Amino acid sequence: MPIVSSPYLHGGDSIRLTMMSVILALLPASFMAIYLFGWLAVFIITVSMISCVLTEWLCLRWMGRSTKPVWDGSAALSGLLLALTLPPTLPWWMVLLGSIFAIVLGKQVYGGLGYNLFNPALSARVILLISFPLQMTTWLMPMSDPRAAVDLYDAAVAWSLFCSGPQGIGQALDAITMASPLGHVKTEWTVGVGVTDALVHYNYSYLNAFLGLEAGSLGETSALALLIGGIYLLARHTITWHIPFAYLATVALLAAIFNSIDAERFAPPMFHLLAGGLMLCAFFMATDPVSSPVTPLGRLIFGVGCGILTWCIRTFGGYPEGAMFAVLLMNCAVPLIDHYCRPRVYGHSVDRDAGS
Amino acid sequence: MPALLKRLGQALGWMPAGFFGGIEVPDRKLTANEPIRDCPVPDVLILPMKQHIGEQCHPCVHIGDHVLKGQKIAATEGYVAAPVHAPVAGKVVKIEEHRIAHPSGLGLPCIFIEPDGSDKEHRYDPLPDWNTRDPAELRERVRECGIVGLGGAVFPTFIKLVRDQHHPIKTLILNGIECEPYLTTDHRLMLEHADEIVRGLSILRYMVSATECVIAIEDNKQDAVEVMRQAIVRAALSGVRVLAMPTRYPQGSEKQLIESITGKQVPAGKLPVHIGVLCQNVATARAVYHAVEHGRPLTERIVTVSGEAMPRPGNLRIPFGTPVRFVLAQCGLEDIGDGVHVLHGGPMMGERLRSVDVPVVKATNGLLALYEGQIRGLNTEEQPCIHCGHCGEVCPIRLVPNLLADHCRNDAFERAEAYQLFDCIECGCCSYVCPSSIPLVHYFRYGKGQLAQIRRAEAFAEESRRRSEARERRLAREREAKQARRRARKASQSAKAEGGET
Ligand code: SF4
Ligand code: SF4
Repeated sequence: MPIVSSPYLHGGDSIRLTMMSVILALLPASFMAIYLFGWLAVFIITVSMISCVLTEWLCLRWMGRSTKPVWDGSAALSGLLLALTLPPTLPWWMVLLGSIFAIVLGKQVYGGLGYNLFNPALSARVILLISFPLQMTTWLMPMSDPRAAVDLYDAAVAWSLFCSGPQGIGQALDAITMASPLGHVKTEWTVGVGVTDALVHYNYSYLNAFLGLEAGSLGETSALALLIGGIYLLARHTITWHIPFAYLATVALLAAIFNSIDAERFAPPMFHLLAGGLMLCAFFMATDPVSSPVTPLGRLIFGVGCGILTWCIRTFGGYPEGAMFAVLLMNCAVPLIDHYCRPRVYGHSVDRDAGS
Repeated sequence: MPALLKRLGQALGWMPAGFFGGIEVPDRKLTANEPIRDCPVPDVLILPMKQHIGEQCHPCVHIGDHVLKGQKIAATEGYVAAPVHAPVAGKVVKIEEHRIAHPSGLGLPCIFIEPDGSDKEHRYDPLPDWNTRDPAELRERVRECGIVGLGGAVFPTFIKLVRDQHHPIKTLILNGIECEPYLTTDHRLMLEHADEIVRGLSILRYMVSATECVIAIEDNKQDAVEVMRQAIVRAALSGVRVLAMPTRYPQGSEKQLIESITGKQVPAGKLPVHIGVLCQNVATARAVYHAVEHGRPLTERIVTVSGEAMPRPGNLRIPFGTPVRFVLAQCGLEDIGDGVHVLHGGPMMGERLRSVDVPVVKATNGLLALYEGQIRGLNTEEQPCIHCGHCGEVCPIRLVPNLLADHCRNDAFERAEAYQLFDCIECGCCSYVCPSSIPLVHYFRYGKGQLAQIRRAEAFAEESRRRSEARERRLAREREAKQARRRARKASQSAKAEGGET
């Protein structure tokens, strides 16, 4: 029996519309992935999305719940987000495993959509990273690179790569892969090469990094494509500016301060902003409604926290990229942040007893 | 692009509507161009003993009595109350419980009057010379005439009309906003009775000696703005401004309107008078004019009868007590089919009627017939909260509705109270935008109801504890007194005995 009471009008927004708008916002990044990694991107995205939706359906069936939520688009979105964070060399079964992790461990064990503490796609990616550290950090040369050795626009080649890995197409791994800028700078530093030199060796250019013409996860490389999607979400009011702004500004500020202290040890702010999964995390992962705060102040604090953690992990941590860890760590703090960051209620002059 | 800029501005905390949050609701003012028409008198009128916020009245007529139009038929008992008057001349045929438009679905004692077709009328003394009279006398008139806030809150008006040394009224705001979709009663009233409203304004201003007056109208009703401005020029009033306010729901809510106009917020738990503001609806001002200058009590009001399922929508002048069924029939809605629902009030804050045999009362500002597909809750299904935060972004009170609803749903009422549950004005903005179609306001009402019950139980327990303690004390006192008496007796006896021996 539905509860019918005022207000009797509804604005017409729905979970499905929300999820669809995010999927739409990810289209530029997806097309970029296809441009860079050809059929491989198509395969990974398709497998990931379909297996996420299927897993969700199976979970709901198995638990004896209504399978209606399968069609709300959230599982498909998790699949797409996961795919875009994966390195293009990943074989099909790891993609499948990742999707199952995302839905089962990232979402359904908590009780389904709305109850998960962590972003499902991010948790799955971290589980994969810990389980398969090598495969998860092996980056393919993009098709935009003149040195690219395999033709990923050839479906047959891409398919055998997808099914059986580089051995399947008779290529040595070294011949077709390269480091990501973040990884490169990190390893060079461990052998005593400063940031400036490391970037020169890498042939790094800000323009390429902005457009996304470099090695990296499927959908993380192009800041431009992600910005287009992010601005669309802001304009459509699916997300608010607080988290992306606070997140990016914090990273840039920290990087600028430390870069001005020691330009050899600390990478410049622009490099940080355009590198790795930061843009994707800032606009699509950290803003995931379920696992982020609801109040404006809470969102700002959340973004700043993500920014500090990202920069610290990138600079001092064992992993070259820290964005996903940062967001997951901040996810834990969301209930606390929400409780203490409630706005001043109309007509109340002092902040009420927040501890109650 | 302008919409984008506006949104950006709102996100940055700039409040173009003058208050925080709020939503754009569809206009749907189907009856904006329909002149006010008279609703015929039905065969029987049903007058509930409580049509205001506060304490119930009791009948002061008997079955079989003949009453005149405007005669008082129910008197007040408490302070917060408004008497009821007969809307027509006729005969009291019965006094018994009848359904009214109330979410509880419970009934109230009602006086049933059968009109006799005559227009014999009882009036109080007209006071055209009100500006030479004592404001207290005028206030008594407003009270006696049963005037309540006609914007929908139905709070007895006289209570707000006090002159208080500690809180002098600086600003008198006349609320002509009418931000609910469909409703056009205040709009039509301003277009057709601007002069009477302005007279009412002058009386109110005199009563509270306000220094400035503002007539607030939403900027989508430019015609009304124009008409009111002209009326003020005609009346040669100074210090009265007509303000066209940004159209945004709930601009007409008292707290929001005061914030929009004065930039000040009404302190929590206080009344607007604490910041020197008095806010009255335009229809209330007109009722004050009729009560003072013509001695006519409040016995009728303008009601917007509208909605997509209403064959002949319009703005009707309806005597209180007219059954809703009769009114709907006047507008062509003879029988209400399965897929049609009737709302009492606006679609945002009104109430769905389970029966159309309830009477029109002082709170009735609209009667809407909507199709099932238009009704939230019937065409949507509640889904889990996805924490999108949209509800908090539109809440004009700046609550965090999703967390608040969680607490109410989990019966964590103390916590809900700590999250300022009682500050919620039930405007419905949060439910309107929720992508998960969660009936947030429903949970808030539930929480408020439960908390009120808990408070009552606590007060009761406290009272019994006090009483039993008092009893204990009294018994103890009595015991002690008894013992003291006994001791005294013993002492005197032994003294006697001793005396006897010696
Ligand atoms: S109904 Fe209450 S919680 Fe919801 S928007 Fe209005 S004031 Fe805020
Ligand atoms: S709008 Fe609805 S789904 Fe979004 S946070 Fe509020 S209650 Fe949850």
